[in-house]
Amino acid sequence: MAKVKIYVTHKKGILDPQGKTVETALKSLGYKNVSDVHIGKYIELEIEGRDVKQQVKEMCEKLLSNPIIEQYRFEVET
Amino acid sequence: MKFGVIVFPGSNCDQDCFNVVKDVLKQPVEYIWHADTKLDHFDCLMLPGGFSYGDYLRTGAIARFSPIMDSVKKFSEKGRGLIIGICNGFQILTEAGLLPGALQRNKDLRFICKPVELKVQNHKTKFTKKCKPGQILNIPIAHGEGNYTCDEKTLRELKKNKQIVFTYHKENPNGSMASIAGIINKKGNVLGLMPHPERASEAVLGSEDGLFILRSILSSRK
Repeated sequence: MAKVKIYVTHKKGILDPQGKTVETALKSLGYKNVSDVHIGKYIELEIEGRDVKQQVKEMCEKLLSNPIIEQYRFEVET
Repeated sequence: MKFGVIVFPGSNCDQDCFNVVKDVLKQPVEYIWHADTKLDHFDCLMLPGGFSYGDYLRTGAIARFSPIMDSVKKFSEKGRGLIIGICNGFQILTEAGLLPGALQRNKDLRFICKPVELKVQNHKTKFTKKCKPGQILNIPIAHGEGNYTCDEKTLRELKKNKQIVFTYHKENPNGSMASIAGIINKKGNVLGLMPHPERASEAVLGSEDGLFILRSILSSRK
């Protein structure tokens, strides 16, 4: 059994409306030194069997991320 | 002309579409449950607005894997009939790859529900042939994720092929690239748009401009 942690974020250059809004809010709280805030999704799953990396890659490309606007990375813990 | 309104778990504009087709256009119409797969006897499929699968993960991301969607894809490939995706229906069509690009969170993060002015950018499609060139239509929007986004290459192609059918006029409410409100596929048989023509097809609702689109669909079969 492997545990997989998947991070889905906006692609570089694609407008991230949530990130921008949170950045503005942080600045208004006085954190003027903050920049480049991005908000993404964190997905955890457990998976059995072989070819875990290949399968997770497929899941990310088919369903978990939208390659038009998002990018993903993941970590596998065995 | 036989219409089919596809119902996903969480669709909520299915009854409005059904009502307009039946009582205003006076055409035969059936609901199609998302688990069905037979579509051969329909001339026009409507993917209605709503929050299919609770909009979990991304809007339309889970609905695109509903059993019906394979049949919708085949229906579009055959090219015999038309497909119109409204709001959540548009989001599902982009997730399914039947239309290019993606619809992401509105620029100001707000859910926007109000009448907007749309400009007809291409009046020569099967969905707009009853419109005049550059006509302005008054049709409401109601969405949180209508911010049309695609890469530069796709945008160039959309422009070159005249696939941008509707844009927001004057004000861009959601941050869409090139103010895009609705696009068509290359083949010209699949339209997706964020505004709701079915909510603007009876005078009592404040506008009948949605009928320019629905009657265009109807006339395309004659």
